[in-house]
Amino acid sequence: MIRTLTVALMLAVFAPFAVQAVEPDEILKDPVLEARAREVGKQLRCVVCQNQSIDDSHAELAGDMRILVRDRITAGDSNQKVIDYMVDRYGDYVLLDPPFKAETLVLWIGPAVIAGLGLLWVVMLFRRRKAADGHMELASGTQAAPLSDDERHRLDELLKEDNA
Amino acid sequence: MKRFLYVIPLVVLIVVGGFATRQLIQVSGGKSVNILPSVLINREVPPFELAPIQGRERGFGSKDLLGQVTIVNLFGSWCVACQAEHPFLVKIKEQGLVPIYGIDWREKKPDAGPKWLAKYGDPYTLIGDDPHSKAAIAFGVTGAPESFIVDKKGVIRYKQIGPINAEIWQSTLWPLIQELRKQ
Repeated sequence: MIRTLTVALMLAVFAPFAVQAVEPDEILKDPVLEARAREVGKQLRCVVCQNQSIDDSHAELAGDMRILVRDRITAGDSNQKVIDYMVDRYGDYVLLDPPFKAETLVLWIGPAVIAGLGLLWVVMLFRRRKAADGHMELASGTQAAPLSDDERHRLDELLKEDNA
Repeated sequence: MKRFLYVIPLVVLIVVGGFATRQLIQVSGGKSVNILPSVLINREVPPFELAPIQGRERGFGSKDLLGQVTIVNLFGSWCVACQAEHPFLVKIKEQGLVPIYGIDWREKKPDAGPKWLAKYGDPYTLIGDDPHSKAAIAFGVTGAPESFIVDKKGVIRYKQIGPINAEIWQSTLWPLIQELRKQ
């Protein structure tokens, strides 16, 4: 009950911050076109604020980019054409989801490779430990070779020293 | 083999650190402040047409740049770094070195740009008013000031992010302009 209340309260307090930055006067009259504009806006980075989409950002340039997206969509451009227009000017950087290609290979593959190497290391570590454990079992087990006369003699000597 | 494994983290650190240091040195040396390289380099100026600012008869568009080597400079009266750069642009104009075309970016009031130019000097051959970033986005601009060197065919050859100063002018911009004029 308390948890439900807390969640409800947090939603009430923080939800407004998640609301998009799209201004009321920017919104297109045609809901279909507006939905497309949102679809495009979600994918485009606000180039002055690093990690927000233009729909989420209150930066003025992001606002101008939203308006441009709407202008182009109203003029009949496809979503992809609008996105291409932006990529033409700002490069892949303007895409929040960077495309998979030669220049971004390290970006996409890098973490997986590092995780794989880490996993390999852990596996090797465990294997080595297991092998070490195996040796100990052998030493304490009945199958261990009996002491030779020489060894027995040395052991007696050591025990004597200890008792003295 | 084992020893070799221990060296790997060190090698990674040196490589990553090396790239980071190189970038730092380049940026602080003023050689490449081009942190976000423009995709527009060596491509034609995207078509645009801007209205004049208050007090000027003509605005300017991409066609005005053809047939000569030009600097396109993006400024705004709200931009402090532009103010720092401005005296140098005025000097270029006074010495008649190269025509500078201005894009007055994102002015809140129509008289803000003209007032600013009246106060600090007007080095521009033509000025276009860009209150809604039409030209700014066409040029892939992220902040002001930014300047572009455009060749005779209207192809962008260089992008300068941040103020133009004597050092960058001497080392990079002026040699490039002279070379482009020969072509």
